[in-house]
Amino acid sequence: MPLAAVAEGPMPHQYSNIFDPVSVTGHQIKDISWFVIGICALIFLITQGILLWCILKFRARPGDDGRDPPQIYGSTPVEVAWTIVPMIIVVVLFLATARTIAEIQIEEPPEEALVVDVVGHRWWWEFKYPEYGITTANELHIPTSTPENWRPTFLRLLSQDVIHSFWVPRLGGKSDVVPNKENWLWYDTPTAGMYLGQCAEYCGTQHAHMLLRVYVHTPDEFAVWVADQQKADVEDPKVAAGRELFQKTACINCHTLGGTVANGTYGPDLSHFMSRKTLGAGVALNTPENLRAWIEDPQALKPGCRMPNMKLTELEVDHIVDYLLTLQ
Amino acid sequence: MDGPIGTASETAPVSRWVTVHDWATTTDHKKLGVMYIGAALFFFGFGGLEASLMRIQLAFPDLQFLAPETFNRMMTMHGTTMVFLVGMPMLFGSANYLIPLQIGCRDLAFPRLNSMGFWLFFLGGCLLYFSFLGGDGLYGAGTAPDVGWFAYAPLTGKAFSRGNSTDYWILGIMVSGLGSTMTALNLVTTILCSRCRGMTFSKLPVFTWIMLVDFVLVLVALTPLTAAQFMLLFDRFLGSHFFDTQAGGSAVLWQHFFWIFGHPEVYILILPAFAWASEIIPVFSRKVIFGYSMMVYATLSIGFISLGVWAHHMFTVGLSPSANTFFAASTMLIAVPTGLKIFNWLATMWGGKIRFELPMLFSTAFLCQFVIAGLTGIMLSVVPFDWQLSDSYFVVAHFHYVLIGGLLFMFFAAVYYWYPKVTGRMLSRKIGHLHFWIFLVGFNLTFGPMHGSGILGMPRRIYTYDAGRGWDIFNLMASIGVAVQAIGILFFVWNLYWSARNGEEAGDDPWDAWTLEWTTTSPPPAYNFEELPVVHSRRPLWDRKHPEDPDWKYE
Ligand code: HEM
Ligand SMILES: [Cu+2]
Repeated sequence: MPLAAVAEGPMPHQYSNIFDPVSVTGHQIKDISWFVIGICALIFLITQGILLWCILKFRARPGDDGRDPPQIYGSTPVEVAWTIVPMIIVVVLFLATARTIAEIQIEEPPEEALVVDVVGHRWWWEFKYPEYGITTANELHIPTSTPENWRPTFLRLLSQDVIHSFWVPRLGGKSDVVPNKENWLWYDTPTAGMYLGQCAEYCGTQHAHMLLRVYVHTPDEFAVWVADQQKADVEDPKVAAGRELFQKTACINCHTLGGTVANGTYGPDLSHFMSRKTLGAGVALNTPENLRAWIEDPQALKPGCRMPNMKLTELEVDHIVDYLLTLQ
Repeated sequence: MDGPIGTASETAPVSRWVTVHDWATTTDHKKLGVMYIGAALFFFGFGGLEASLMRIQLAFPDLQFLAPETFNRMMTMHGTTMVFLVGMPMLFGSANYLIPLQIGCRDLAFPRLNSMGFWLFFLGGCLLYFSFLGGDGLYGAGTAPDVGWFAYAPLTGKAFSRGNSTDYWILGIMVSGLGSTMTALNLVTTILCSRCRGMTFSKLPVFTWIMLVDFVLVLVALTPLTAAQFMLLFDRFLGSHFFDTQAGGSAVLWQHFFWIFGHPEVYILILPAFAWASEIIPVFSRKVIFGYSMMVYATLSIGFISLGVWAHHMFTVGLSPSANTFFAASTMLIAVPTGLKIFNWLATMWGGKIRFELPMLFSTAFLCQFVIAGLTGIMLSVVPFDWQLSDSYFVVAHFHYVLIGGLLFMFFAAVYYWYPKVTGRMLSRKIGHLHFWIFLVGFNLTFGPMHGSGILGMPRRIYTYDAGRGWDIFNLMASIGVAVQAIGILFFVWNLYWSARNGEEAGDDPWDAWTLEWTTTSPPPAYNFEELPVVHSRRPLWDRKHPEDPDWKYE
């Protein structure tokens, strides 16, 4: 299976442990999670302790007289006690929950915030930065935010088709991406790095391959990334054949290339495509070989995905790939 | 054809067709009860097969055993089957069989409606499975629905779900739901109107009480589901736009409808387990149930509160903070009566002389596993925790601990307990122990690790995943666990079959129990009781066995 071999490759090995968060909200969620887990563990130990005791202490013994034990029909004080005590626990938990909800669920971006429009598509993510006029896909770049240099990222979640859900465990929390509804999710993280996430709401055939990566940069690095994305593409004469082919075929019905006639929106924006680490929303690393396999037959790499096999000849694929490789 | 159907002469052996005809046309609540249980096991085979296929696909990362669409179909059919075609008939089967016996009457209020309810239920299930033959166009093989058992809009709209597979989902569930509604009405009427002399509401066995609450829930919950399904059909065929988001419809509306059904449904499925436990634990502890009235009030409040918690399935959908807070509160509140039940069962065991026969073994496992399920449920009601773990494998673990650790373990307990009444023979203890221990290990091996993969960020309903996320070992354990569970189930099925012929004779009252079903013969005659009983307490047989110290003195 040559194509399966292509699909593998050195993807980053990374845990997305929710108990190892890197953002402010992630830490808040972690704290309240340990709190409720602690309470539950205690309840578990108590109930199972009683159960174990009953099993060991009150089992019928072989030499028993066979008479039934005393019948106890109930006890009001006992029953009231084990209604009231859980009630108190519930109230405490509820207050902690209500406070954390109020702290986390914010839908008004503050002035300092970076606002990014996240659009869910079957089965890929689109990211738009209205502030910078940038559009990209599947890999979200955001700046760090520290108390001295406060710049939280506010994601405005929108859906193009069905319901998706945006989830990057280590950044904390998820929110559904619902058609006709605007949802908000925000991150405030001081820790630069790359964090894996993926769609969490079943959205059809390739729900499993609706992966995403979030790159958190220091403010300087982020400025560099923004500047790179804003640059116009250079027209390399060596790949003119590929460029022409791209503009002549149906590619442009679905894809956008900044500064050209291609302005389709059905598929990911391909401007600066080579600055992305993966293709097909994380289905494979973005290497020349994988790119080639993808152009030849996307359905083989990601069966059921919305990009058709363009039925290009070998030579045409060569041209297109050469051209795409120049989209730095 | 020799002779009119249904008359077998004494000398000629009863022809197989006469037997089949007899069962197919029966209106006897006991036969229908057995048929429901048989149907549950029949569909459990399909549901289990679908689960196994999914688990093979997920055993290792990047496996190519099932195509993505196939996996999604298995996922949809598995969930739909287990909820509607396995859990529901277990409830109806045991209620059908036992309630007339427990309340001392001869049959349900409307015997023929009962038969119709069963057949509608069963045909609905068959209609759903027929989609495998024709979901996409005519005889396009293997095209069962792939929209999830929750059928979220707009994925189920015409734009995203072509072909007819989703229509099969709608119609199959609707037809079987119609059957369930009829049967629930029938059982409610029966409990209200056909109790024997002396059986006031304060003397109803806890089992019957819980079942009564359950059927009221069935009636209340199935209605919004059916309404939503009609609206979806209108969207798909008549061009309405209730859920069609591309024409301004609402995706969230479907979720409200669905979960106003769906959450009570979860309680509909777990209440029978409570009902069975409330019979079995006292009998095997040799003690009266602790706090009868509290058990009844707890059941009523669970039934009531369960109608007001649906949006805890929607904490990530972007409801307002106040709605999230409200539904967190109502969800946490339901833990109080549920916990109360656990404590009352423990108190029933306390000071008893517990006989660890098979029904009690399964009940003990239930008391451990259901507590785990309940506690992870409380965790998920903490909304920020849910923002991380909803739609992850943690949730898959949570609700399988409810449905298998709770419902299925108690179902097994119930089968071991009442089988002697139904067949006149005991189930084999040796095979039963094999079944119990193997299934116990397999179940926990399958679903325990899923808590871990959820915490490591594995979303549910994905057909594959990459290596290196820390998920591999958990998934492999889960897949091995399924094979172990399957072996346990085989022992169970073998036991049902073997013991029907070779089991020890049971007698009328093999467990030394206390409710009315044990006063009649095993199996009971067609009309249940020679003479309708008269009761004076909740445990008529206790009174008979302990004339010096009868229950009615204390109630
Ligand atoms: C051998 C036993 C079982 C195994 C191995 C098993 C396994 C699974 C798996 C792998 C999933 C898909 C999880 C996902 O990706 O979301 C699933 C979903 C589900 N299972 Fe089971 N299951 C078993 C038994 C049951 C039983 C007995 C019930 C209920 C009575 C049940 C109810 C469900 C439901 C409601 C879903 C959700 C389907 C969905 O997400 O649409 N399962 N199960
Ligand atoms: Cu998605």
